[in-house]
Amino acid sequence: MSRIEVVSPIPGVFYRRPDPDSAPFVVEGQTIGADDTVCLVEVMKSFHPVQAGAAGTLVEFLVENEDVVEAGQPVAVIEAG
Amino acid sequence: MKRLLVANRGEIAVRIIRAARDLGISTVAVHSTADADARHVRLADAAVEIGPPPAGKSYLLVDAIVAAARETGADAVHPGYGFLSERAAFAAAVADAGLAFVGPDADVIDRMGDKVRARQVAAAAGVPTVPGTEDGVDDVDAALAAAADIGYPVMLKAAAGGGGRGIRVVADEAELRTAFPAASREAASAFGDGRMYLERFVRRARHVEVQVLGDGTDAVHLFERECSLQRRRQKVLEEALSPGVDERVREEMTAAAVRLAREVGYRSAGTCEFLVDDDTHEFFFIEMNTRIQVEHPTTELVTGIDLVADQLRIAAGDPLPHRQSDIAARGWAMEFRINAEDPARDFLPSPGKVGRVELPDGPWVRVDTWLEPDVTIPPFYDSLLAKVVVWGEDRESAIRRSHRALAEFAVEGVPTTAGLHAEILGEEWFAAGDFHTGTLEKWLSDREEPA
Repeated sequence: MSRIEVVSPIPGVFYRRPDPDSAPFVVEGQTIGADDTVCLVEVMKSFHPVQAGAAGTLVEFLVENEDVVEAGQPVAVIEAG
Repeated sequence: MKRLLVANRGEIAVRIIRAARDLGISTVAVHSTADADARHVRLADAAVEIGPPPAGKSYLLVDAIVAAARETGADAVHPGYGFLSERAAFAAAVADAGLAFVGPDADVIDRMGDKVRARQVAAAAGVPTVPGTEDGVDDVDAALAAAADIGYPVMLKAAAGGGGRGIRVVADEAELRTAFPAASREAASAFGDGRMYLERFVRRARHVEVQVLGDGTDAVHLFERECSLQRRRQKVLEEALSPGVDERVREEMTAAAVRLAREVGYRSAGTCEFLVDDDTHEFFFIEMNTRIQVEHPTTELVTGIDLVADQLRIAAGDPLPHRQSDIAARGWAMEFRINAEDPARDFLPSPGKVGRVELPDGPWVRVDTWLEPDVTIPPFYDSLLAKVVVWGEDRESAIRRSHRALAEFAVEGVPTTAGLHAEILGEEWFAAGDFHTGTLEKWLSDREEPA
């Protein structure tokens, strides 16, 4: 098992849901594919989905919903299986 | 008006503070924590921090902004563009606090911001809107009768549909006879409703806007702006005037805009947006923007009129500062929006730390910006860094001078759209003024294709 960090490629505001009324993209403990969207980062009024990048189990989010993230900042951890 | 609170940030906050200073009005800036050192904050006479960086927690907070105005003794509030500028509730809250709102009354913002109600105002003012059916049509004969009134080509869309699904364009009666039953059947199976709307289809549409100023009773126009060059419905560069509008259309369209402004008792600066059919030269009212617009400097350069100063005078209770007969357009102006976006990476927004900054200047070049050397461009707000606005005695000389101005623009550290503008300037279709609302996106996608 290897732990892989999901990194936001851009700075901005981190969101776990596609919109305020929807369910989160992923919850802790959920099995996901490499192409699955893990979160959105809003930068300069546009929203960019961030993909898992590796298949496995999402074990942990490292930031809270609506937190400000930097480019290159890890936002979640996946245990690749 | 003694003290103006500017409820905005970036280049437009700087622009408004300057107009206020020209009139001897003191200014109050508001800012998020991300903008504590921003240029608008330093230029204003006083500043109030209203919240953390995300706009929803700062620049969009009506109560915090009204409270800041009260605390600092402001007697007027200018909303700029974007943020709260077209929220009727904000205009109402400002007025309820006993302050002057620099813009139209809340009920005018409401009325002109609603497409259906704005169409009703247009009808009352005798201003054409895009011809179409009010309700869904459910059989061929009714469709043929409606299309005869509307004029071909006609666009068919499902009354119950959305998102462009099932839209068809028919060129004449024969095509409508075959297309209607098929489209209607398709709509019935997709949406459970076979009724169709019919609307005039414009193959080559220009987006042209007429600038107006009103004092609540009377109104004047300040000619039009050409805004057809857009990407994802965002304007990229604008001109005053429009190369696609001849004298006859200009006269009729500007007169229509003045009738609209008078019809609603418009107060302040505003813009009437029209769709112009490039083939037939017909024009149709689309909507009214009840705020100062990003591209207002182009109009200022051809008319010599300071639109923001006039907004302040009108909000202070002055009558219209100009008679129509005193307003003339001289020469040509172009505005280039320089955004922190990377054209090579599908216009990816590119906030970050900036190093050296070189801004164009010299004869007949104006740059409205908040940009300075060594600033950090925050990721929280729009990507507009600077507006390079250039005047020339005619369109050709404006283009030549724009080449010079854009070549002087340099920002270290982040990619910008400055180079893209220089490329557009060199295109033959641009030089010929031969473009419409679909031109720029088509050009951008053709440019992506390897030759």
